[in-house]
Amino acid sequence: MEWMRKNLFSSWGNSLLTIVALYLVYIIIVPFLDWAVFSAVFTGDSRAACLGPDKGACWPFVYANWDQFVYGRYPEAERWRVNIVFFLGAAGLIPLLMPSVPAKLYNVIFLLVAYPVLAVILLVGGRPGLPMVDTSYWGGLLVTLVVAVTGIVVSLPLGVLLALGRRSEMPVIRMFSVIFIEVWRGVPLITVLFMASVMLPMFLPEGVTLDNLLRCLIGVALFSSAYMAEVVRGGLQSMPKGQEEAARALGLSYPQTMIFIILPQALRHVIPGIVNTFIGLFKDTTLVLIVGIFDLLGQVRTQLSDPNWSAPQTAVTGYVFAAALFWIFCFGMSRYSTFMEHRLNAGHQR
Amino acid sequence: MWSFSRASISWTNPGFRAFVYQAISLVLVVTLFWFFISTAHENLQRLHIATGFGFLENTAGFGIIQTLVPYSEESSYGQAFLVGLLNTLVVAGVGIFFATVLGFIIGIARLSSNWLIAKLAMVYIEVLRNIPLLLQLFFWYFAILRPLPKPIDSITPLPGVYLNNRGIVLPQPVMDGSAGAFFLVLFLALCFAYGLHRWALKRRLATGHTFPALPVGAAVVVILPLLVWLIGGAPLHLEFAEHGRFDLTGGMRLLPEFIALTLGLALYTAAFIAEIVRAGILSVSKGQTEAAYALGLKPGQTLRFVVIPQSMRLIIPPLTSQLLNLTKNSSLAVAIGYPDLVAVFSGTVLNQTGQAIEVISITMAVYLVLSLITSFLMNIYNARAALRER
Repeated sequence: MEWMRKNLFSSWGNSLLTIVALYLVYIIIVPFLDWAVFSAVFTGDSRAACLGPDKGACWPFVYANWDQFVYGRYPEAERWRVNIVFFLGAAGLIPLLMPSVPAKLYNVIFLLVAYPVLAVILLVGGRPGLPMVDTSYWGGLLVTLVVAVTGIVVSLPLGVLLALGRRSEMPVIRMFSVIFIEVWRGVPLITVLFMASVMLPMFLPEGVTLDNLLRCLIGVALFSSAYMAEVVRGGLQSMPKGQEEAARALGLSYPQTMIFIILPQALRHVIPGIVNTFIGLFKDTTLVLIVGIFDLLGQVRTQLSDPNWSAPQTAVTGYVFAAALFWIFCFGMSRYSTFMEHRLNAGHQR
Repeated sequence: MWSFSRASISWTNPGFRAFVYQAISLVLVVTLFWFFISTAHENLQRLHIATGFGFLENTAGFGIIQTLVPYSEESSYGQAFLVGLLNTLVVAGVGIFFATVLGFIIGIARLSSNWLIAKLAMVYIEVLRNIPLLLQLFFWYFAILRPLPKPIDSITPLPGVYLNNRGIVLPQPVMDGSAGAFFLVLFLALCFAYGLHRWALKRRLATGHTFPALPVGAAVVVILPLLVWLIGGAPLHLEFAEHGRFDLTGGMRLLPEFIALTLGLALYTAAFIAEIVRAGILSVSKGQTEAAYALGLKPGQTLRFVVIPQSMRLIIPPLTSQLLNLTKNSSLAVAIGYPDLVAVFSGTVLNQTGQAIEVISITMAVYLVLSLITSFLMNIYNARAALRER
């Protein structure tokens, strides 16, 4: 009671605001709950179940198409390969995210070097026992994660190199880095994807063709490394100059100084910024559907055009489902970044 | 830096090493570019694709659903480019206005002492900024705006405003002959109010006397044009849409594509702006507010004269980059069929001409120029607003 008086009804103006806010909550929550639960359809196997004037969400649409949402058109007999890749990724990532688990260096090497190779072998196939699966069959969450993880794995080292290049004392290298970073950051991702899918083939010699997904991966990776470079540069700028001078005075070479002294500290400073770039990249993976690759959102849209499920409420259901899935990933990442921020700050407080 | 004596040509000389590294990278980049350009040249010849920018004068032959300048199917590709560019700028301009206003409101609400308001703002921010913008655009366009009723059964939330699956129809302002005088007086009144504000500020800084510039200025801006409007016999009136046989006639029509894009961009960017505003206000130390109270300033005055001017220095640079992001994100228009620069030029024109290199380069150049201009202006602002420490 005391709490309510203090936080909700401390003055006339505040009481009025509270009532307006309560009304807002009421007009948002009640229809949403009604749509998602009370009037929703939970069973059925076609649009017939979801047709009707006062029907809410059409949840059978989601579970009937669940496999498509996760694997796309990946052949059913080979889906165990995708599952192994998902499992290995989780197995590598979870210990990395827990600060108390040791052997971070080996963990990072596994995730950045061994895991991508393994994942490519498993997903693409083309070896005895592993039939080739063309990337045009990939789809759904699989493609979303492939694009996001490639962007992350490539952009981190490339971004570090670009950031070092931008702070280099050599004018030619600095100029190239600045031009690269500013050009990629100055254009929208969609034009980069158009460039990768329409313009890039023109620059390749006759007979050399790149897979559409691979071209987009190149575009996304270059685009995100420019953003990563700016984040890393922020970390480098926050380092006191004494660190580098002391390292050089001890006789360390430039690469040694950077690898053993500067980068470990600088990167730790900008972990929140790096995670934010990852979140942005994860959300931007949806754009690949514009150039004809079926990521999670693209797959939802494909399933929506299925006449078996064409009902007024399926579209809303599909988008709300996709939004919830993306939200869980992005919100998880942002919570983790806040957690790390507090942890890092705790080390600096005396 | 570039000169080194004969004796110093050795790997132990850092100047020499730097020279070699740079020479190697220069050669690599030039070779790479040369390779790309020559293969592109070969490919274009092999595929018989025209090159150059001559195509801009050819007839476009396609229609565009929203044009701000005269355009028809007989117009050239160059004019189609202009239409697309203007459509991008319009949606970005409207989006920037709403995103900034909403972002500031939510950012301040996030810091409200009212628990419920602060939590509501937090939920808004966390939900909107963690869902991909493209998904939000699809939601507004395909799940909300397209399933609206046909024009004949339009929803009418306000008199004269019609909502249907072909967009929103608003009353159209119509001007008569003497409307010019009205706008002239309005303009003069605005100039006067601005001058008054400057004068009051100068006087306050010099003497400490305050003058109610805001109410006086507002009164002038409202009353004078209103008088002219009445004397001129209401030269400016609203024309309402009417129900025709199948559709509404008259009025001002906004396309559903435009509404979905503006709504999506504004709501999404507002979440980011709100966080920037919140961080900016929190960055002003509590001592500043307490000192202002101790000097006898009221809470409103403290906010206006102490907190906001100081937080603006921190808010404006990231705010500009968000607004630039909004402009770049407006290129997602292509996914819902709004005819912006990317949809018209990199979409239709590219498909018709096949000149991918030229078309994509022009499109990228436009966005690049926009962002370079913005960062140039930002540098000027930062230099002016930088804290001058004594």
